Amino acid sequence: MHEIIWHGRGGQGVVVAAHMLGEAAYLEGFKGVTATPTFGPERRGAPVAASTRISREPIRTFSQIDEADITVVLDETLLGVVDVLGRQKKGGLVIINSTHPPEALPVGGEYDLAVVDAAAIALKNHLVREGAPVVNTPMLGAFAKASGLVSLENIERALKAKLSREQVDRNFTAVLGAYEKTILRRRT
Amino acid sequence: MPEVQIMTGNAAAAQAAVLCDVQVVAAYPITPQSQLAEILSQYIEGGKLKAEYVRVEGEHSALTVCISASTVGARVFTATSANGLLYMHEQLHWAAGSRLPIVMCCVNRGVGAPWTIFNDQQDSVSQRDTGWIQIYCRNNQEILDTIIQAYRIAEAVYCPVMVAYDGFVLSHTMMPVEIPDAASVREFLPPYRPHTVVSPEDPRTLNAVLFPWRRANAQGVVCDGYMEMRHKLQAALERALDVIRETNDLYAARFGRDCGGLVWEYRMEDAEVVLTAMGSLASEATVAADLLREEGIRAGVAGIRVFRPFPADDVRRVFRKAAAVCCFEKAISYGYEGALCTEIKGALYGTGVSFPIHNYICGLGGRDVKASELAQAVRESLTDMAAGRVRTRAMWLNCVTE
Amino acid sequence: MSQRDDSISAMCTLAVGEAGRTGDWRSLRPVIDHTKCIPAVKKKPACFLCWLYCPEGVVKGTIPVEIDLDYCKGCGICAEECPAKAINMVREGHDHA
Repeated sequence: MHEIIWHGRGGQGVVVAAHMLGEAAYLEGFKGVTATPTFGPERRGAPVAASTRISREPIRTFSQIDEADITVVLDETLLGVVDVLGRQKKGGLVIINSTHPPEALPVGGEYDLAVVDAAAIALKNHLVREGAPVVNTPMLGAFAKASGLVSLENIERALKAKLSREQVDRNFTAVLGAYEKTILRRRT
Repeated sequence: MPEVQIMTGNAAAAQAAVLCDVQVVAAYPITPQSQLAEILSQYIEGGKLKAEYVRVEGEHSALTVCISASTVGARVFTATSANGLLYMHEQLHWAAGSRLPIVMCCVNRGVGAPWTIFNDQQDSVSQRDTGWIQIYCRNNQEILDTIIQAYRIAEAVYCPVMVAYDGFVLSHTMMPVEIPDAASVREFLPPYRPHTVVSPEDPRTLNAVLFPWRRANAQGVVCDGYMEMRHKLQAALERALDVIRETNDLYAARFGRDCGGLVWEYRMEDAEVVLTAMGSLASEATVAADLLREEGIRAGVAGIRVFRPFPADDVRRVFRKAAAVCCFEKAISYGYEGALCTEIKGALYGTGVSFPIHNYICGLGGRDVKASELAQAVRESLTDMAAGRVRTRAMWLNCVTE
Repeated sequence: MSQRDDSISAMCTLAVGEAGRTGDWRSLRPVIDHTKCIPAVKKKPACFLCWLYCPEGVVKGTIPVEIDLDYCKGCGICAEECPAKAINMVREGHDHA
């Protein structure tokens, strides 16, 4: 079982990202997938999290994830607000949307670290919602590259099931862009 | 052809209502049920579900509308949570006493005060004695499958059915749900035939005062008194045990998914310690059983799917070889212990079994319950029991009690 | 279900006298003075407030107005509402019309 936590701010689409990953993983042949929001009221701008579980077998646990195998951070300003690494297994993978190179980020060498400037990729593809770049779909591309758990083909199929054709084109171009631009630093 | 979608529990429930061709929906939004009410109103507005959505000012009215619509022959659906369910309380009795096959989802949530929007099962468990059938779901697939079965059960025995599933834990968690094709569901679930058709051409007085005694009507026919009518409700619920089991089997044969009848079993073949619970908590317990088995503790799970009518015979059969039982509950009968624990003990009375039963109250007001915590509770219980310390009072799991 | 039970819920068809001869409950009896009663005086359907207000449905909106004393409970609402003061409530057993 792979347990993934998505960190973002309310409105950035962590729930949609968690869901899309679940869809793509199911298409990939994982029989067990769950995607869960933070339970409770929805709060725009507040730090929020969502999670995805991916398993070869149907999932029977619905409790919250203690420590993730993979953490995805949609907004690097959260690194100073939320103890992101406190809910991440040592030796696991951390994926961050950042304009900085891996060595400039506060993530130690005990983690695999993947970095991509998802906001720039979103803007380049005119993925803007209410004035802010849409970073959740590009981060799926970064996830595919860094984790190897889901293919680009199945991310595209997952997008097609939920979005209009025109939206799929723009979002998937961003996924591809992020996949190519993701820098991976292996743990030491 | 069936298709699989990754969906929330609320979306699965709405999908089931569509497949069941419900004709009237009256629901008042309340967290965590709201999404279900919203999806259904969208389906009806968009024509995906050809039903009437009756807007009401509260849950008491929502169920009253369902009672009226069901009385004149419509298949009706509603859903609520927590204090909304409690606000329906009087009409819950009325629906059951009127023998109306209403299906309602209870999206389980803790009740106030203090206020909470998070999950436990105090709401539905506290409505145990209203005459409704109560079925608890393990996952979103079971929500969809159980609602379809619920209409068939309700319309066979003329009793309302409450389909309970855990708020947020299932209602807001997305997972794969196979959606059967509409034609197969229609074959499985023929149109609703009311036991009495009430119409302006053939008017009736409904539920007028009945006296303590049986009495002749104006035509000289001796009619039931209140007590006879209530006995008929009890007899119908007792008969419902077989109907629920048969419906589950027919559904499994037709759609390939077995929801477990009345009490489902997990790794029970040689189980010495039995974990028991309802809903998603019971699913979590199966993971705890796996953890315990890895350590050589022969653990199994008996999941109580149907809480009312209570499947006492099945409980006796499933628990008979146990050496110890841990009953986990997201509700408590305040002043005593978890109601499920009391029922299980009661069912075993007179069977000669004497294994210890420990009761754990957990997850109230949305407190997370992990499989590892359930497993640890079982380990501690086994240590206690081995030392001859049997806890007769319910223990509160992961809660500061001093 | 193998056997169909037609009375699994408490329903009854409408019937006169379902609750017995409720006229027996009466201690005061309504007596109509047709020289004052508006439909009788005007010789056409009019007023009928007694028919409208009677909680038991025992007043007939006919000319002349009639009251079914088998089921009239003697509540006196008709007398109270009559704008012509044409209905008097008299004690049962005292025949003062």
